[in-house]
Amino acid sequence: MTVLVSTAFGIALVPLVWLLWTVVGRGIGRLDPYFLLHSMRGVFGGMDAGGIYHAIIGTVWVTVGAAVISVPVGILAAIYLVEYGAGGRLARAVTFFVDVMTGIPSIVAGLFAYALFSLFLGPGAHFGAIGAVALSVLMIPVVVRSTEEMLKLVPNELREAAYALGVPKWLTVIKVVLRTAIAGITTGVMLAVSRVVGETAPLLLTVGVIDSINFNPFEGRMMTLPVYVYRQFTAGLVPCNNPNVTCIPTINYDRAWAAALTLILIVMILNLVARLVSRLFAPKIRS
Amino acid sequence: MTTTAADTRAPSPAPSNGPDRPRPPRRRTRAADRGFNRAFRYLATSAGTLILIALAAVAGFLLWQSWPALTSSGSEIASKVSFFQGQSSLASYLGPLIFGTLLAAAVALAVATPLAIGIALFTSHYAPRRLASLLGWVIDLLAAIPSVVYGLWGALVLAPTIQPVWQWVSNVLGWIPLFKGPAADPARVLLTVSLVLAVMILPIITAVSREVFLQTPKLHEEAALALGATRWEMIRTAVLPFGRSGVVSAAMLGLGRALGETMAVVMILSPGLTYSFALLLAGKQQTIAANIALKYPEANSLGMSTLMATGLALFVITMVVNMASRWVVGRRKEFSGAN
Repeated sequence: MTVLVSTAFGIALVPLVWLLWTVVGRGIGRLDPYFLLHSMRGVFGGMDAGGIYHAIIGTVWVTVGAAVISVPVGILAAIYLVEYGAGGRLARAVTFFVDVMTGIPSIVAGLFAYALFSLFLGPGAHFGAIGAVALSVLMIPVVVRSTEEMLKLVPNELREAAYALGVPKWLTVIKVVLRTAIAGITTGVMLAVSRVVGETAPLLLTVGVIDSINFNPFEGRMMTLPVYVYRQFTAGLVPCNNPNVTCIPTINYDRAWAAALTLILIVMILNLVARLVSRLFAPKIRS
Repeated sequence: MTTTAADTRAPSPAPSNGPDRPRPPRRRTRAADRGFNRAFRYLATSAGTLILIALAAVAGFLLWQSWPALTSSGSEIASKVSFFQGQSSLASYLGPLIFGTLLAAAVALAVATPLAIGIALFTSHYAPRRLASLLGWVIDLLAAIPSVVYGLWGALVLAPTIQPVWQWVSNVLGWIPLFKGPAADPARVLLTVSLVLAVMILPIITAVSREVFLQTPKLHEEAALALGATRWEMIRTAVLPFGRSGVVSAAMLGLGRALGETMAVVMILSPGLTYSFALLLAGKQQTIAANIALKYPEANSLGMSTLMATGLALFVITMVVNMASRWVVGRRKEFSGAN
């Protein structure tokens, strides 16, 4: 049985290694400064050009937008659950539905954001902020759960010491509890960001696709990295008929692999930094 | 668990002297709850409430947007929506989609669950303690890879590579309706999709199962070992019975994820709208989420409403699955896909 159980683990490693190997092998060739710093504007056919600058801008804006919405809401909700709710009916309902919310399909979050903004702006609106709202639906529960776990780790003695010194509760929460847990909360937020940064389906619905650079998240479509990968994939192979023009038949796939590699690198770096933060800055309060 | 500031500060001056005395302590309780204190409490409470409102809003908006499609007849939709051609009613359009969604997720679950249990047991009871957390982290890496990358890999690498395998499966097991051949080439079929979905849901099932297995009472394990059980017998008699409900709940969490997965399905599967169990034939099934992503660009307002209706169905299905799994696990301990 030991062999069988170890084999299960080995089998799980196969797709991981295979996938990473392929993405690195096929993506590394195109991943250069030119690729990172140029958009797809004016790129057509099998041209040996084009990059992901516009997609990176879009991903940064949409993800930052999602974080701006979900971090305050998530942390405050976690504070409510730990410091104020204390097993009340509302707190139990919130805990339950936060857990349920982690299971919302991402495309449903996209549909929700689309519907929400079509209420105000009419159908068919596409801009970065809608995508941020869609992603925040997916991100809030993750932030709440991780923050809640961290706040629960803060020893009660710290709170009581603050109360004994006459510090009001809100100041205790902000200056003592949050400050003690800040490393863990940062880790949780970064893991949440790394989870939503690769979301494709909701952004496809809400932010749309574009080949040019757009810095304004409140007007006009934006490209994002995951959507870029999908877009290049659907573009498929290019027929090269004219021998006088430089033409790479697999150019779209090459760009897709390079963008996928960029995306994986971003996610991995976020993950690594998050774990480093929790390891380096964790308060020394092992109970 | 937390004592409020009011509790610690108000020494409660004996509310016992007659009926007119109990007032002061109550006022002092309130006195601490004002200004910033009260504002902050309201802020935190409203953030918690906002989450409930958001969830209700998701359901509400989907219902509101899908209302035109829900209330109009099938022929009316068919006359206006291009991708609805040949359908007699919304139910006849939705039926195959729900079927495809459930089939893909069920096959993925059937592949992933035994594997996940094995991995969870490996990290909790077989691997050296020091290695265990590292191995857990490696499995978590699978969850960190974005779904669109899985889709890219599945469509461009896995599908061509696995086609001979599917061909062989259909030759050997072709008498089972599930594996009816000849296997499509390229292998943009439901079985490939389910395999990728299985890889994607493996981390969550593993993580939750591992937590449950680690919680097996040490005394149970030691008692089994003391009675002469081998390590596997100990796991079979002590760990697995203890962890059964946890594993069920973990599998349901994974099922919820697999149901809602979009990009991997969109990029790999060659879609079709039939009630077919043939996993190796192309153009037979489609899932709700993938259908929305594919049809969305060509949808007019009634088409969008139709897609919203399918999205509502997907939302309801995943909510039911998730709530059931939370209910199962809620009787045990606090677990979540988010930590």
